Amino acid sequence: MNMILPKSKVHELVENALKDYEVVAPTDNEGLIVFKQITNPSEVTLDFLNTVLPVKAVLLQQTETLFTFSHGKSVTINAPETVGEIIILGVRPCDAQSLVILDHVFADEYKDPYVKKRENTILIGLNCLTPGVNCFCTSVEGGPFSGEYTDIQLTDIGENYLVEVETDKGKAFIESMGDLVTPASEEDEKKKRELENKAKSAIQRVMNTDEIVDRLEKIFESSFWRGIALKCLGCAACTYVCPTCHCFDMQDETTFTGGARIRVWDSCMYPEYTRHASGYNPRPERMNRVRNRVYHKYNYFPKNCDVIACVGCGRCIEVCPVNIDIIDVINKTSEVNP
Amino acid sequence: MSMSMTVPLTMNPYVPWLASIDDIRDEVIGERAIKTFRLSFQDETVRNTLNYVPGQCVMVSVLGEGECMFAISSSPTEKVYLEVSVMKLGKVTSILHECEVGDVLGVRGPYGNGFDVNGWKGKNIITVGGGIGQPPLRSLIRYVLANRGDYGKLDIIYGARTSNDLSFKQELFDLEKRDDADVHLSIDVEEEGWTQFVGFVPDNLLEVAPSPDNAIAITCGPPIMIHFVIQNLLKLGFAENQIFTTLEMRMKCGIGKCGRCNIGNVYVCKDGPVFSYAQIKNMKGER
Repeated sequence: MNMILPKSKVHELVENALKDYEVVAPTDNEGLIVFKQITNPSEVTLDFLNTVLPVKAVLLQQTETLFTFSHGKSVTINAPETVGEIIILGVRPCDAQSLVILDHVFADEYKDPYVKKRENTILIGLNCLTPGVNCFCTSVEGGPFSGEYTDIQLTDIGENYLVEVETDKGKAFIESMGDLVTPASEEDEKKKRELENKAKSAIQRVMNTDEIVDRLEKIFESSFWRGIALKCLGCAACTYVCPTCHCFDMQDETTFTGGARIRVWDSCMYPEYTRHASGYNPRPERMNRVRNRVYHKYNYFPKNCDVIACVGCGRCIEVCPVNIDIIDVINKTSEVNP
Repeated sequence: MSMSMTVPLTMNPYVPWLASIDDIRDEVIGERAIKTFRLSFQDETVRNTLNYVPGQCVMVSVLGEGECMFAISSSPTEKVYLEVSVMKLGKVTSILHECEVGDVLGVRGPYGNGFDVNGWKGKNIITVGGGIGQPPLRSLIRYVLANRGDYGKLDIIYGARTSNDLSFKQELFDLEKRDDADVHLSIDVEEEGWTQFVGFVPDNLLEVAPSPDNAIAITCGPPIMIHFVIQNLLKLGFAENQIFTTLEMRMKCGIGKCGRCNIGNVYVCKDGPVFSYAQIKNMKGER
């Protein structure tokens, strides 16, 4: 049964959660909405379109220590073994969906540290009442009210949030909140359905993903990609804000006696990314790199994992300094001659 | 394929096992120096259960400097230790070349598919190597020699720019004296005292002209050499699925996550590095 949480009780819910969990939530950082670990419920803002960086930034941090070591006479390695229980509050449906895509990469036979964090995380999602101008989640198997990728899904229905419990983990958490939440009425449910229909129809932009894998398969050698890449500056902003981009670099940082192996986000838009020690680079031109990025999302990933590696959040469109629009790029591919 | 050296899946897969350098041998000295490092794991269980397949790779760390993927150049039949043969080229390999016996490195793996040594039983084996491409072939050669009854004829074709640039020279000279392997060496340009083939490896291959009957040809070396070796193998009548090579790309993680080693939808680190020509021919993507 669905519940309601009065908005006036969110503060108390977060306060309770802070006793047992690390709580990560959207915060207003001088106008930029970013996910941050909070210590006080007043830091949380649930009035936002979407965060600047996607939720991946919480589970696959931009800079992360994989292990520390001592070197010199005796060498030892220490890896952090334990991960706390985390609650991520205010995750948009597109971002929640992106984690299911990242699971394909990180939770295969080699379990990345991401996996343990993911298992220890309760996702509290927040449905989108007013999608952004570049949102296109409905083109890539998502939607402004797609709650199936979180543990608990909230909808702002006015004075209250409608609380939908999606998993056992979510159920246990909500039950531990006692009478902060109360059963929802048929009126509340109806309100949610109305908002859902309104939100869906507010999404204006459509990406044509029909037979996208085959379409791209045929035009790999086309000069079309050169044209798209002409505009690109290679700044890599699109990859940093992308919820499904997961590439990383590993670097050692040291002192005289020890150090750490650090993982940092990397980007396929940089030429160094693929450059061999010999100097040879398999993707020497920007065209190669732009094409690889598009193919990775819409051809390679679907071929390997049966899912498009794009959730339609529109962030890459928002941040591109030269207005490269991935929806236009993909839609134009249907007109390109092989 | 045994992966018993791999860290337990509950552990962080980026954490290497510590391994000591037991021995260092100069293969090539000078500008394009190559050294072979014999590594033995400090953890007794890891050392005693060490297993891999020729053609597989390991990530070797010089802690504080970084990590590189190398083909294993020893054979799993040698147990308890493994060897990598490394050309001094970039940052990590340059530091590695300054390491001494007793220094401790990090090693994780083995990674990748390796050669299909079980599927190739009963076949004639032809290795065609160039320069620093020989280490994975050396692993295969030593494996075949250790299981000699399981395989047919063994032809080793190997060349380098100069006689100085040939790796594993003494081993190859010793093999020439045996009657269960045929060694065909070459150097690119004439040198005083050199009595074997002078010219490029693909030409030496045509000179040796191995029969494709019941044979597998495996080639490793610079991309341009591999290209012409494959052309010549096809000329000699080898089918696309009788020709194998290993591909190389820049790697960071070695386990299909960091992103950079893809050729189209194929990740060289975990789907490769060994591919048949039939597979490579159909690959879309930059390499």
